[in-house]
Amino acid sequence: MNMIPQTIQTPTTPDILAGKPVKILARNVDIHYGDKHAIKNLSIDIPDRAVSSFIGPSGCGKSTFLRAINRMNDTIPGCRIAGDITLDGQNIYDRAIDVVQLRAKVGMVFQKPNPFPKSVFENVAYGPRIHGLASNKTELEEIVVASLRKAGLFEEVKDRLDHPGTGLSGGQQQRLCIARAIAVNPEVILMDEPCSALDPIATARIEELIDELRQNFCIVIVTHSMQQAARVSQLTAFFHLGTLVEFGDTGKVFTAPRDKRTQDYITGRFG
Amino acid sequence: MSDHIVKSYDDDLAALKTMLAQMGGIAEEQLSDAIQAISKRDTKLADMVIAQDGKIDALEVQVEEKAILTIARRQPMARDLREIMVAIRIASDLERIGDLAKNTAKRSHAISEPMPRRLMTGFARMGRLAQEQLKDILDAYARSDSEKALAVWRSDEEIDALYNSIFRELLTYMMEDPRMIGLCTHLLFGAKNLERIGDHTTNIAENIYYLSFGTAIPVERPKKDQTSITSYDAAL
Repeated sequence: MNMIPQTIQTPTTPDILAGKPVKILARNVDIHYGDKHAIKNLSIDIPDRAVSSFIGPSGCGKSTFLRAINRMNDTIPGCRIAGDITLDGQNIYDRAIDVVQLRAKVGMVFQKPNPFPKSVFENVAYGPRIHGLASNKTELEEIVVASLRKAGLFEEVKDRLDHPGTGLSGGQQQRLCIARAIAVNPEVILMDEPCSALDPIATARIEELIDELRQNFCIVIVTHSMQQAARVSQLTAFFHLGTLVEFGDTGKVFTAPRDKRTQDYITGRFG
Repeated sequence: MSDHIVKSYDDDLAALKTMLAQMGGIAEEQLSDAIQAISKRDTKLADMVIAQDGKIDALEVQVEEKAILTIARRQPMARDLREIMVAIRIASDLERIGDLAKNTAKRSHAISEPMPRRLMTGFARMGRLAQEQLKDILDAYARSDSEKALAVWRSDEEIDALYNSIFRELLTYMMEDPRMIGLCTHLLFGAKNLERIGDHTTNIAENIYYLSFGTAIPVERPKKDQTSITSYDAAL
């Protein structure tokens, strides 16, 4: 399968994206967990350097699809995927793809901050080290400091880089995980409910960070907070029962959605 | 529209609609009384209209408070959000309609000259039209009927056209008989008020359309009010 999209121009394309480069493209994707049909014939174009949010009720398939983007579902027994998902035109399910390399390019941040039981420094240094991104100690330090800065955490932890990462506050731990994800120079950052375990202040910090990161990354975020989706994303996709119901300009989706199911969900009317 | 999972949210939105229905009812009454007050030069009725205006103002404040509280409490999205924004805007239009009715009624005090009947026919016709429009638009809002709202929106042309002809007619009377100038000026302002009320009903129509579709009405409204660019000579 050789799809090399130049610019976005499909029926799934929101108007505001016409002409913007596609980063992730999915066509006719079906995902099964055993008998359960979790994603049904999904096609979507996700742009680069923008935040796309996935919303929908629990079990709608949004996290399943998010995990398919860096092949996290490979490890789940009984999970089958059909259709095409491409990253910069390259099929990520191609046999020639090295999954480890793919996951370096497509980083992930989870709901619960999960720093390694190591120092703050080691948490961030681990990825660049195993991927051989630094040729000496100075370079590694530079990468760690730059990543912590990008994650907006450096000032808070610069005097305790050797302290355990698990000793930080929840919000700091989550930013540490983001620093860890960006340390390996990814192109895409997937976030699965990154703020659901955080208080409003820590949430605001992460949202501010997401807004900065979108200058350089393609960001996809799954969130249960509609207000968060409205605040941080330029594009919103609504999933329901394994189907992508609507994908469009966030402003439009939250003020005048096209589909009644979207309308019912975001206004709190789902039975 | 189906119900919210949280029932008290439905109550909040229903309360807004109820307050607007009350405002609309009072505005209709005020308009009808104001037209009566002028036609019959009934100054007692005019005083009642003036006194009642405070009720509409108070309701507008209540609508605003309820809307802001609902936004803070529910973070409304999509149609709910539009519903609330539209309620605020319609409340402000109804409040203005109330003010214009009051101003029209007030003028009955200032008119001391005997009023020739033929002078009143145009004004009365315009009054009927404005009342009809107001009634129709309030019905359209209560039933979220965007078709009906569009019909009202289009019919504003008629009021504008009628205002044009009243304007010319009154100018003619004033030139014929300078003693009529006072009376005619008040009638002209009264007619202008009715024309403005028509404009507010079209605003409401636009809001009902926005409520239904989330977009503005795609075409521009035909304007027939030419009086602001009509010269004294051209009017003759």
